[in-house]
Amino acid sequence: MSNLTANEQGDAVVQPGRRATGIVGDRVFRQLSGLCALIVLGLIMAIAVALVIGAWPALRQFGVGFVTSTQWNPVTDEYGALVAIFGTLASSLMALIIAVPVSFGIALFTTELAPAWLRQPISTAIELLAAVPSIIYGMWGIFVFAPFLSTWVQPPLSRWLGDMALLGYLFRGPPIGIGIFTAGLVLSIMIVPFITAVMRDTFNVVPPLLKESAYALGATTWEVARSVILPYTRVGVIGGIMLGLGRALGETMAVTFVIGNAHTIPQGLFYPGNSIAATLANEFTEATGELYTSSLIALGLVLFLITLIVLVLARLLLMSLAGGQGHSEGAS
Amino acid sequence: MRFNFIKTALAAAALSLCATAMASVDTLNGAGATFPYPVYSKWAQTYQQQTGVKLNYQAIGSGGGIKQIEAGTVDFGASDAPLEKKELDQYGLLQFPMVMGGVVPVVNLGDAIKPGQLRLDGATLANIYAGNITRWNDPAIAALNPDITLPDQDITVVHRSDGSGTTWIFTSYLTKVSDVWAKGPGHAKAVSWPTGVGGKGNQGVASYVDRIQGSIGYVEYAYALQNSMTYTRLRNSAGDFVKPTAETFQAAASNADWQNAPGFYMVLTDQPGDNSWPITGASFILMYQQPKNPEVAQAALKFFAWAYGNGDDMARDLDYVPMPSSVIDMVKSEWHKQIKGSDGQPLWPLDNQPQ
Repeated sequence: MSNLTANEQGDAVVQPGRRATGIVGDRVFRQLSGLCALIVLGLIMAIAVALVIGAWPALRQFGVGFVTSTQWNPVTDEYGALVAIFGTLASSLMALIIAVPVSFGIALFTTELAPAWLRQPISTAIELLAAVPSIIYGMWGIFVFAPFLSTWVQPPLSRWLGDMALLGYLFRGPPIGIGIFTAGLVLSIMIVPFITAVMRDTFNVVPPLLKESAYALGATTWEVARSVILPYTRVGVIGGIMLGLGRALGETMAVTFVIGNAHTIPQGLFYPGNSIAATLANEFTEATGELYTSSLIALGLVLFLITLIVLVLARLLLMSLAGGQGHSEGAS
Repeated sequence: MRFNFIKTALAAAALSLCATAMASVDTLNGAGATFPYPVYSKWAQTYQQQTGVKLNYQAIGSGGGIKQIEAGTVDFGASDAPLEKKELDQYGLLQFPMVMGGVVPVVNLGDAIKPGQLRLDGATLANIYAGNITRWNDPAIAALNPDITLPDQDITVVHRSDGSGTTWIFTSYLTKVSDVWAKGPGHAKAVSWPTGVGGKGNQGVASYVDRIQGSIGYVEYAYALQNSMTYTRLRNSAGDFVKPTAETFQAAASNADWQNAPGFYMVLTDQPGDNSWPITGASFILMYQQPKNPEVAQAALKFFAWAYGNGDDMARDLDYVPMPSSVIDMVKSEWHKQIKGSDGQPLWPLDNQPQ
């Protein structure tokens, strides 16, 4: 299809005779690809509109109270999203806190420190983790990880740290291996591959010249990572973290298995809670009555908005970073 | 070559036309409750071998079954929770019970306590689920179990996280026997649980109870048996502590007054009788009184009649309880009275099989 061909010497030459079709082709191609982009925009708008229409009865009934109420009672037809919002944010935040440093370590190791023969196997292993279906993580979480946590991790943690003033809050609850804590841990394992892959790819595009100059000035590997690689790649790094966060916020099956599915605000990380996606997975098929179904759709709308807010915040963060620096950064 | 191709294509088209025409009599589509799914699929398999009629049953849950039949996308719906007469009339549906089973409390108290050893009553069970009794050696439990040394251990309550007919039957019982429960969480397919963790499906509850020391859950009887779980005895309304067995479910059903239940709306929990298991329930079928496709509806009725007549042993093998014959006769007479073809004639003759 290309009007560029190679002559015997291997140089690319333009064939004059096919110039006209090339211009028409360009125009068609531009319109086709533009159409594809518009379809995405249209889809997002359609989803938003469908969600608002579906959620309308619930929003009309409960108003703002929908996002501030902890009630979720199908018997009395009272619904509030706070428990699910809290569980979604708490488990995702915990996943990020664990996954970001680990992913950074993996990415730095595979791009800077690992011997060449080790890089590929580690990268492949990480990518394989990303290909595991989420229900497998869920089943592994409940059958293998939860018993392990309830026997070996949660009892000592609550014994040693449970009585501490503020931090102790994090480690209280029945040591049954099912709850926000386990959900956060399983999520962190699930999002590490995504964050790592993006970080590694952006680390790889840092010009060797920059790094070598820093090394020549006597910088340690850590100093190079902190002062050269991270500033150069932070757009990509933040993008990777947001990708991981987006996945954590919406993860359904794995969380449903281990979060405990209890509609109460947990009094500690070991308590069972609920997330938006888990509530939808659990209750949608059996929801009868307009208000019940509509409240579930409203939950979906809330998740949609949370994701939107996260994306906007990420954009704002990137813009302020670029503004403060005074010059644009390259590696997105 | 080309001519051959056209001939083949025409033949294929003709064949598929035949297939669609035949499908109206050869395939029945149903959707709904997960609880009776094993016995429905066993019946369907045997029925297909004998008659060639295929039953395509999607176990998507009782709520889903009700939605599908109300939307008219399936030939019949199935639900563990009966619909009230008002809703049946609104959609022009007929409802009848197909098979019965029981919901049983199961506990994990280690090997020391065997199945059928622990005794509970309704008030105590409701207080455990309401979060008022939180330890196994609570005086209320100890008073019912003078012969057992109960562990000094926290109770972890396990309930269903999804809306389900099982929860509907279980909370129906708790509501009947406990004021605390009736005024609190109440009776529905999903309620606002005061405490505990939620498992998805019978299997989810079973695996949580299996895993968590000191837990109590509720599952369909078949799941308790097949996973060799430690089920409890329950005190019934006659004051006797009964074990969950096919006999005690049957006893609960036989004491029920189906004759005076409009639209077969019957809840079999807390039934009278010395030998009645208090948390028994039936699974129901929903069909249109004036089906859009009378031939298919008639074929569905033939299947259900066959299952009533020939399916008892298969049901018992899978730990379900067949309907008593008195109820079956009532169901068939309702078919005759209520399900009509487009010409207004009954699709089901009163005394014999349709040809």
